[in-house]
Amino acid sequence: MTSIGTGYDLANSIFSPDGRNFQVEYAVKAVENGGTSIGIRCKDGVVLAVEKVITSKLLKQGANKRIATVDRHLGVVYSGMIPDGRHFIDRARDEARSWRDTFKNPIPTADLASRMGGYMQAYTLYQSVRPFGITAIVGGWDSELESGVDGEVGRGPSVGAGGKTPGKKYGGPFLYMIEPSGLYWGYYGAATGKGRQAAKAELEKLDLSADGESSLTLEEAVKEAARIIYVAHDDNKDKDFELEMSWISGADGPTKGFHQEVPKALREEAERLAKKSLEDEDEEEEKKEDDKMEE
Amino acid sequence: MEFGNSGSLSEDGIHVDMDRLKKGEVNLGTSIMAVTFKDGVILGADSRTTTGAYIANRVTDKLTRVHDTIWCCRSGSAADTQAVADIVQYQLSLFAMTNGKPPTTQTAASIFQEICYSNKDRLSAGLIIAGWDERYGGQVYSIPLGGSLHKQSYAIGGSGSTYIYGFCDSNWKEGMEEADAVNFVKEALKEAIKWDGSSGGVIRMVVLTGKGADRHLYLPDTDYKVRHT
Repeated sequence: MTSIGTGYDLANSIFSPDGRNFQVEYAVKAVENGGTSIGIRCKDGVVLAVEKVITSKLLKQGANKRIATVDRHLGVVYSGMIPDGRHFIDRARDEARSWRDTFKNPIPTADLASRMGGYMQAYTLYQSVRPFGITAIVGGWDSELESGVDGEVGRGPSVGAGGKTPGKKYGGPFLYMIEPSGLYWGYYGAATGKGRQAAKAELEKLDLSADGESSLTLEEAVKEAARIIYVAHDDNKDKDFELEMSWISGADGPTKGFHQEVPKALREEAERLAKKSLEDEDEEEEKKEDDKMEE
Repeated sequence: MEFGNSGSLSEDGIHVDMDRLKKGEVNLGTSIMAVTFKDGVILGADSRTTTGAYIANRVTDKLTRVHDTIWCCRSGSAADTQAVADIVQYQLSLFAMTNGKPPTTQTAASIFQEICYSNKDRLSAGLIIAGWDERYGGQVYSIPLGGSLHKQSYAIGGSGSTYIYGFCDSNWKEGMEEADAVNFVKEALKEAIKWDGSSGGVIRMVVLTGKGADRHLYLPDTDYKVRHT
């Protein structure tokens, strides 16, 4: 590494002469060693999934969750240093709470991403701190229904409010990824951690960009998410892992606007399909190789 | 048992000092209202400001902008309500900048409520918040003295409002046309001004719709018949 020995990597608040912050780049390395996390935004919801690498046989199965609920409608998953992620989630919960205190309404996903992006960025500025060793994926559903002020009394006109702009839709699924530099973008599909390259390649094959009829449904997205985590794990076969998944749908979907863990039955079905799809691929490859032998 | 009028709760914790204003403090002994209609909301107010029996201002503007299409009607202490409206105006302009979209009436109402509730023993402010936004259309919220928040199809407030509860109840219709709603507000305020000694002067209105804010002014000289600009 060209940065070593130059002295420009010794503290956060020092730029190298070519305009880089090496401490941030080292933090990205910490992320690249972590278990793969992905997020998929589809037309009727968001799915978050993480490859939880088993570090000890003494750990209880299914305990030690990696996906956190930040507010009723918001979930966060991350790759990298787990204690840093726990602190990130604490802060995200504080931000969501403080938004509710002032505006008496749930925080929109975009605003949470913006605030957490700002928080991560602050940790790249000072001598006394180090950057976060995580990349976080934030998924949320902003209510498509009309919401009042928390605690208000009364309803307004029985005929409904006048002067609304007709035909416009509001709210919906949102997905953001925040990196150690504080950089954040909105995504249709996001992947980070060790298997991100393979995962991104798979995500790009999905039809996520359109909101129309042809695009992926939430249940399909759950199955794709499971498959992608299995594909991404394929290069790291020697280590065991657990799959953890959560989802968020709109008010008329399975989670009714809440961030929840994917039910066990659906997760197991998704895992079964994921394993089957991997086996099928292996078989095909074997066949190809057989063909070559025959040549 | 005797009850003091020191400005804080009396010993029994029930009887509240009704004479909250300081000696000589400027009061908006007022008639204010806001109504929803087909395309948005209308706010209306008289224009009298008093210091005791003396009229400190006969052409006051009690309709205050806190964002482009979110306004409030102020009653109670002029100083308190101006200060609160200023704070909310600042918060909403900041909100619009940081979020890249205009605030909703709910956002404005919740900021108003937080200030009114958390300072309830220091403020004398009765507010009506009315606004139009793209998503929720026209809405009216009322925040009376204690700092509670009420969503209503129309709201009346101030000392003059006591005289027009009957008028409003029997003449109110939901989803009126703009001209009918303007007329409803005007007739109600005329009645309030007629009976309430602390209300008077001109009638001011603001119509908030998707087209923005439109001000109306009606003078007593022409019996509030002609719209001046």
